[in-house]
Amino acid sequence: MARAVTTQRKALNTALAWLVGLVIFFPILWTILTSFKTEAEAIANPPIILFFDWTLENYGVVQERSNYVRFLWNSVIIAGGSTLLGILIAIPAAWSMAFVPSRRTKDILLWMLSTKMLPAVGVLYPIYLLCIQLGVLDNRIALVVILMLINLPIIVWMLYTYFKEIPGEILEAARMDGAGLKEELLYVLTPMAVPGIASTILLNFILAWNEAFWTLNLTSVDAAPLTAFIASYSSPEGLFFAKLSAASTMAIAPILILGWFSQKQLVRGLTFGAVK
Amino acid sequence: MGRITLDKVRKAFGEVEVIPPLDLTIEDGEFVVFVGPSGCGKSTLLRLIAGLEDVSGGEIRIDGQDATMVPPAKRGLAMVFQSYALYPHMSVRKNIAFPLRMAGMDAAEQERRVKSAADVLNLTDYLDRRPGQLSGGQRQRVAIGRAIVREPAAFLFDEPLSNLDAALRVGMRLEISELHKRLNTTMIYVTHDQVEAMTMADKIVVLRAGHIEQVGSPLELYRTPRNLFVAGFIGSPKMNLIGGAVASAHDAATIGIRPEHIRVSDEAGDWTGTVGVSEHLGSDTFFHVNCEGIPDPLTVRVGGEVDLHYGDRIHLSPDPEHLHRFDAEGLRLP
Repeated sequence: MARAVTTQRKALNTALAWLVGLVIFFPILWTILTSFKTEAEAIANPPIILFFDWTLENYGVVQERSNYVRFLWNSVIIAGGSTLLGILIAIPAAWSMAFVPSRRTKDILLWMLSTKMLPAVGVLYPIYLLCIQLGVLDNRIALVVILMLINLPIIVWMLYTYFKEIPGEILEAARMDGAGLKEELLYVLTPMAVPGIASTILLNFILAWNEAFWTLNLTSVDAAPLTAFIASYSSPEGLFFAKLSAASTMAIAPILILGWFSQKQLVRGLTFGAVK
Repeated sequence: MGRITLDKVRKAFGEVEVIPPLDLTIEDGEFVVFVGPSGCGKSTLLRLIAGLEDVSGGEIRIDGQDATMVPPAKRGLAMVFQSYALYPHMSVRKNIAFPLRMAGMDAAEQERRVKSAADVLNLTDYLDRRPGQLSGGQRQRVAIGRAIVREPAAFLFDEPLSNLDAALRVGMRLEISELHKRLNTTMIYVTHDQVEAMTMADKIVVLRAGHIEQVGSPLELYRTPRNLFVAGFIGSPKMNLIGGAVASAHDAATIGIRPEHIRVSDEAGDWTGTVGVSEHLGSDTFFHVNCEGIPDPLTVRVGGEVDLHYGDRIHLSPDPEHLHRFDAEGLRLP
């Protein structure tokens, strides 16, 4: 039964939705605005929201003081590398769970997901020591592997739900048509699951990009990504809010732009399986 | 060549044995139909032959070679699925060419074979479309096209027509029979529709609960059903089965008489009854007649239109030549 919604009510709902959206977005908006203020305006009380002298000075200082591009590059390598490696491992894993499940498949899936509930700090010490022993502290490849392992349960789980939607008969048809396992994955399953794989890649990339706990603890100079770049501005010389905001804005800009352009994929990915 | 032999083939899912040890030989070039009610194991049997399910025991031989452990891709069989199972991201051309591509055939030969299959199946105008842009019948043709390009040892059909509407089904039925006559390749066809079985098969295998109830040509099954199950399953409308005193009079536990083998008379006959509901098909009329001493109404088939109405009193006589007699176990008596 359709419900009648009056125009007034619609307008009210729209206003409410905008309000909630604004509240959620406010911290980011505030950070971006602050990055264009002087340090004095940034800490002014009562706070100045829009009417201040807009300046790019902070960005200049940040760029002078640290090499943004190097941090950016590290972020790209760590987030991109861990995503790529994760997806290569997760596709066959999710395939086997979706199409040739064993009696324990459900348990394994749940167990994998349960590792995400473990507080990361619980394994910091052993992993830190392991990195020292192996001589891979502050190493990009080590971070690629660690972040891949951390996000793997989510990638496998997401791909599994996508693959479950694909009719098994199509894969059987491929088998009858002479496709081996490799061809079946490459020519039939993967192309059919492209939307699912794309949103999984996207989500994982964002998770890895924003990951701060491991990147801050396991890097110092060579492998430090943008999260470390932001952290370096909460400096011991006193708080420079405007500069910290400029650094933060620079760090989140790439992922924000990527997220903006791929909203549709992302929403589909996050809500997939919710409506069946 | 496509001679398929099942030797004590058995299938169990966990504790449940869906197919007890079963022997069957399918000769090269034969059109064999597996028919039976749903859940009788006919699809499972087909999937065992295809290699999509592993057998729990026994041996499958294709042209004398043991294929029990051979993966589906290497058995040289082609399958047409009920859901068509086309690759939705590929054009019709690519769908049909897929098995050839997997076999590593060169592009020119692939194109030649796709063209000739498309010609046979009237798909030439649709080669660049995606499956999503085709009707059900066209999709089914693409699925058949994908099967014939490989020139397989045998075709396996898993209820290929059950997703089509009635008119299309009759058309496709003829097309598949036509294809069989032209290619002369072994075909194994699974259906629950006994009309499809009767019209298409060289040999019908009637299955129930994983057991083979009877194997024979359509007319053998029609004329001499081995037991009550086959008698009731083959033929449309169903054979009338009568027990009790009427059967005892013929020295049997149950007698069976097909609707087309009962004579109707105004004056005299073996059984007397009143006409119930009648179904007029134009070419034939089916009367449901309630007879004295027989609990279930009998179905009677009369050619053309006959002037009988609801409540009319008539006399029926079974044609003694076509009377089937069964013992207490349901087996056919000589």
